[in-house]
Amino acid sequence: MFAYYLDLALRSLKRNKALTALMVLAIALGIGASMTTLTVLHVLSGDPLPDKSGQLYYPQIDPQDIKGMMPSKEPPDQVTLIDGLNLLRAGRADHQALMTGGSVPVQPEQSSLDPFYVEARYTTADFFAMFEAPFLYGHGWTAADGEAKAREVVIARSLNDKLFAGADSVGRTLRMAGTSFRIVGVLDGWQPNPHFYDLNTGSYAYGEQVFLPLQTMLELRLDRNGSSDCWGNGGGGVGNILPSDTCVWLQFWVQLDNPAKAAAYREFLIHYSQDQQALGRFQRAPNVRLRNVMQWLDHQMVVPNDVRLQTGLAFGFLLVCLVNTVGLMLAKFMRRAAELGVRRALGASRRALFAQLLIESGVVGLVGGCGGLLLALCGLWLVRQRPSDYAALAHLDPSMLFTTFVLAVCATLLAGLLPAWRACQIAPALQLKSN
Amino acid sequence: MTLHPILAALRKHKAGVVLISLQIALTLAIVCNAVFIIGQRVERVNRPTGLDENDLFLVSQQWVGAPGGDDPAGVEKLDVMQREDLTALRNLPDVASVAPSNSIPLLNSSWTGALSLKSDQKFEKGITRTAYYFTDEHALATLGLRLVAGRAFTAADVQHQGARDQRNRPIVIVTQALADKLFPQGGAVGKVVYTDGSSAPSTVIGVVARLQTPASGSFGNDFAWNSTLVPTRLDANFARYVVRAKPGRRDAAMHAVPATLYAVNPMRVLDDDSVKSFADIRASAYRADVGMAILMGVVCLILLCVTAAGIVGLTSFWVGQRHRQIGVRRALGARKVDILHYFQIENLLIAGAGVLVGVLLAIGLNMWLMSHYEMARIPLLYVLTGVLVMLAIGQAAVFVPARRASNVPPVVATRAA
Repeated sequence: MFAYYLDLALRSLKRNKALTALMVLAIALGIGASMTTLTVLHVLSGDPLPDKSGQLYYPQIDPQDIKGMMPSKEPPDQVTLIDGLNLLRAGRADHQALMTGGSVPVQPEQSSLDPFYVEARYTTADFFAMFEAPFLYGHGWTAADGEAKAREVVIARSLNDKLFAGADSVGRTLRMAGTSFRIVGVLDGWQPNPHFYDLNTGSYAYGEQVFLPLQTMLELRLDRNGSSDCWGNGGGGVGNILPSDTCVWLQFWVQLDNPAKAAAYREFLIHYSQDQQALGRFQRAPNVRLRNVMQWLDHQMVVPNDVRLQTGLAFGFLLVCLVNTVGLMLAKFMRRAAELGVRRALGASRRALFAQLLIESGVVGLVGGCGGLLLALCGLWLVRQRPSDYAALAHLDPSMLFTTFVLAVCATLLAGLLPAWRACQIAPALQLKSN
Repeated sequence: MTLHPILAALRKHKAGVVLISLQIALTLAIVCNAVFIIGQRVERVNRPTGLDENDLFLVSQQWVGAPGGDDPAGVEKLDVMQREDLTALRNLPDVASVAPSNSIPLLNSSWTGALSLKSDQKFEKGITRTAYYFTDEHALATLGLRLVAGRAFTAADVQHQGARDQRNRPIVIVTQALADKLFPQGGAVGKVVYTDGSSAPSTVIGVVARLQTPASGSFGNDFAWNSTLVPTRLDANFARYVVRAKPGRRDAAMHAVPATLYAVNPMRVLDDDSVKSFADIRASAYRADVGMAILMGVVCLILLCVTAAGIVGLTSFWVGQRHRQIGVRRALGARKVDILHYFQIENLLIAGAGVLVGVLLAIGLNMWLMSHYEMARIPLLYVLTGVLVMLAIGQAAVFVPARRASNVPPVVATRAA
């Protein structure tokens, strides 16, 4: 029976080629546009560390002057150097790391390469374990080495490939900013997206090439960049000049393995603020936040509004295309009322008619869905050609492929159910009589 | 012709009529808002910065192994290095004028602060936000700014300081927008303002017509024209120079810069992005806006095509279905033009109902967008234009099938279906 209905459907669709093409194209365009934008949105709002993001927290405290204070206002997005070091040395979390970004000039030994700047992350020893950064060779520096301002560096795989042709470079020397550093580890292509631990560098497709101990950077006065926010008479600092004590410019992350520890850490932040207030450093009442990775990304609104708008637009477009197809399909089925009346009169049940019409609309939906998938692949290719920072990330993953399939099936059913149901309501006698 | 037979016929196709009206309504709502967004983006992209943008380019460079800028000796040394660079650039044959500056409009790297009429006020109510440009006496000529009141900086006005030093700023030049905000009664020149909560006064010595801040994103929207020029060279291990080439000689001047600077001092890093024309800076600042506008435009166009095609398809069906009735009407004396008008009026009714709902949807969608995104209220003109366009598209789409209907010969009435 199915084969027969399919044959009927194809014949019927062939009868109005232009119309069939219009319906298929409309569905394909709608699904293609929706899937392209939804994939971009999905990639951008992804979890950078799916296994661990729930245990990583970003503490915020409020060290600002009393001037300009407003109740229940957010504390600053970063910490001062003093608070960062205090919290780091307090060591109340399972792991903790203090960090900031910058760039350093690399002076290669090979005379064939000119000096060049690379993006750097200045951080503390726990960084690698806490963020589960995978090592290709070697390992990170120890906390003791960090405190001792060791001239040690962890480099990214891409830099290792460029300078050492991919060989195990652990123990070799890298000259940066006029100082020799010993390479202790090589990271294996690690680049979390979004770049959650420091969003000032740009949220997507940003990766550091070298990782240095923060204490070493403070001693050598390496260039830092990123945002600094100051109050009072604080100056922001430029290049190798550090921001003053009344500026927040570092990111501090902690790992807290369970909610009880998180609650305890929150208490600790409040106590810390009270202690600092008693010492006269803090002027405001304790104002702390402790967000995990996804809450932090949400709070910082990392997904560009334009991407959300585009997704909304695409789904609006899909809706219009669906309405369009439903309308055309309905008109088409109603036009065949006479034919359907004859079939009913000859003994076909309503169910049989319904099945026949549904197969016809199903074919349209299926072909449209496949076309939509192709268009989505084209659309994503176009997105990748655009120069935005997240462009390179726009790929269809299995979950989005599945969503596309579900969307296509739903679109088909939606486009087919109503017209088929309406057409089945026709009274056969009336249709026969009018002819 | 009375509307009665048309309405009676439409009642028989309730579902089809509702669907096509709904499609028109949704299309109108989406297209109105999308075109409004496009309009806003185009307006943003086209707003003038106040600069004379032709022949302008920016050099950003960094010294390797330069002294730190936080002791006086280091600052002096850095200042010497910066002045050497400036002299070398000014001596280039294709260069008209050079000024050091911490930033330039649309660069998205800004030093923002506050200007107030009283001392010791910072970021509180009634205080005006501003972006600072730290530059020298060549600023106005290099940037191509128009002085509308007071005087420009002279060489004697120019100080220099380490990037973190708190120095007094005895004189400043502000934009007209900033002057109007601080001194609504006018006469800003000679008045005193306080920068960044400082207790030391700064005298306004000049007013320029227009100068945009470096922030091109939404962050800078509410103070986009509030710029302040300070006659101070900032000394750090990195520096930016704004260069105006002689007319038409920009590319030649840009090409000569790296070799010239390396000749002055080879211990520095200049990469591909270090010498950038202002046209490139503008293009990258507005890349996202232009991309969004193009995408919205394409989607709108396809949407209108789909809706028009839908109307054509549906009307074609109805024409086919009513083939015999049309023949009967023709046999009873209706002229071709009557049949044509019948379908045209029918479409007007359907599209009219659609746009009525569409106007409500468009305004509702705009209100929702306003509450969730940074969006202004949609002017009624956009909606009204949208209504007219939708009705026109409906008429255009219905014309071909309606003419086919009008060509149905009266003899059809006599044939069995």
